Amino acid sequence: MRSRLRNYAAQPARSVMTGKQESGVMKLKRIDTRKLEEGIFKALMILSTCVVVSALLVILGVILFRGFNSLSIEMVTARPRSGYREGGILNAIVGSLLVGGGATALALAMSLPLVFYMNVYVRRESLTPRVMRFVMDLMWGVPSIVYGAFGFIIMSTFGMRASLGAAIIAVSLLELPIMVRAMDEVMRMAPIEIEEASYSMGATGFETAFKVILRQTLPGLATAVLMAFGRGIGDTAAVLFTAGFSDSVPTSLSSPAATLPLAVFFQLGTPFMDVQERAYAAAAILTFIVLAVSIVSRLVARATSRHVVR
Amino acid sequence: MPDQHLQIRNLNVWYGDRQALKDVSLDIPDRKITAIIGPSGCGKSTLLRSLNRLLETSRSVRVTGEVLVDGENLYAPETEVTHVRKKMGLLSQRPQVLPMSIYDNVAYGPGIHGERNRSKLDAIVERYLRIASLWDEVRDRLRSPASALSIGQQQRLCLARGLAIEPEIILGDEPTSALDPKSSQNVEAVLMELKKDYTIVLVTHILRQARRIADHVVFMYMGEVIETGDMEDVFKNPRQDITRQYMEGVIS
Repeated sequence: MRSRLRNYAAQPARSVMTGKQESGVMKLKRIDTRKLEEGIFKALMILSTCVVVSALLVILGVILFRGFNSLSIEMVTARPRSGYREGGILNAIVGSLLVGGGATALALAMSLPLVFYMNVYVRRESLTPRVMRFVMDLMWGVPSIVYGAFGFIIMSTFGMRASLGAAIIAVSLLELPIMVRAMDEVMRMAPIEIEEASYSMGATGFETAFKVILRQTLPGLATAVLMAFGRGIGDTAAVLFTAGFSDSVPTSLSSPAATLPLAVFFQLGTPFMDVQERAYAAAAILTFIVLAVSIVSRLVARATSRHVVR
Repeated sequence: MPDQHLQIRNLNVWYGDRQALKDVSLDIPDRKITAIIGPSGCGKSTLLRSLNRLLETSRSVRVTGEVLVDGENLYAPETEVTHVRKKMGLLSQRPQVLPMSIYDNVAYGPGIHGERNRSKLDAIVERYLRIASLWDEVRDRLRSPASALSIGQQQRLCLARGLAIEPEIILGDEPTSALDPKSSQNVEAVLMELKKDYTIVLVTHILRQARRIADHVVFMYMGEVIETGDMEDVFKNPRQDITRQYMEGVIS
């Protein structure tokens, strides 16, 4: 009787206890695995961050280390002499800036109307913009050598020589999808109510686009333009057949032009150590130009964001 | 009733296959506040937006029927849509300032409609900011970004901006729903002041607001106009059961 009573008393108590214990253990266990998960992912994230940062540092380090001896004021102020052994690469620096600048201007002249059409004149998610986005993604994926080859065919069809103008056209095709997609993303983020507000005042599409949407998206557009410029100035394959290569600074659209990536490419291809060293110096200059462009784009974005509506 | 300059005749609106407005015919009285009330999704915003043809900008819509301003049909093929919109100042649900300074927000409308004279623009900006009772708060910072204003100030700025195009009609799409009580009161007070000079059409889901400021009420349900009349009449003696049920909160 006593023992039974004790049993009775004990049983529910034990079951409650064990139940508690079980759920307690389960909870602990689950937290353990979740903590582990968290730890692993944190480690992975830190690892990949380190890989990315160190890759950049190593690239910069190698370029600077290998090219340091050849970096001089003369590099950026003089034209090459005696087969790139002496003098500088002013021809390539100016050529690169002209090709990059010209191509960016040309690409901008094509993309700005296109993104305005896609985002202001027709509904953003209607068929035309969706098709255009797909086309631009395809164009983005086309290797730049194909644009080079395409430019080359156009060039020879019209009897042009390899020249600054031909290079600008080829590079602008390369930049176009980058610029359009980046601008498009910025414009899609602009609140549709801003457009409505402008339309409800009796504004036309043109006024809405250039007086309102342009102001709202200017920081993003500036970033898009400079990003495309950075890609254009650094591309080699598109200018390989189209730019021609010249030791002199280009003076017109029809004169052949050197660019920095081409200078790197040709100089690295020589068997001479001192010329190869100069290739790294040219690479360092190119990298610094691109770096400067991205810093400028940040500054421009900040300077133009004063009136942006959030 | 005296002849109204805003009339709606047999207006139908479809979004794709869905009919949002069913054969709406209305006369909007001049220089009064007309409140459009009804449960959400009943088409009140659609009706309001059809008045300045703003429906066309965002969705695939089909519209039949007429909206007449001074006897001129807004939906006639030869009607210039920018002129239509110039006749209507719109206050949207959430105030949407333009990405420019306070001054330029007000000057934007007159600017696109051809006013270039600086001193005239200065006068216009001051005049309408005063009417929207915002002038004293912003007179020292007209050049700073409009987005820096509080949301209540932004709504009054939108009102000033809408008035600056010298419309005949003010359309309000739940213009106080995003505002705090104090700012709502401000906006309501300004609207009461404005009805002396403008015809005001207001969509609201706040019955008490309709009661406070409306002279005329339109009750809508499922895309149809169920009942219209003087505010007092509709609130005190609704003719239709469904209106009464809505007023009593049986449906909402």
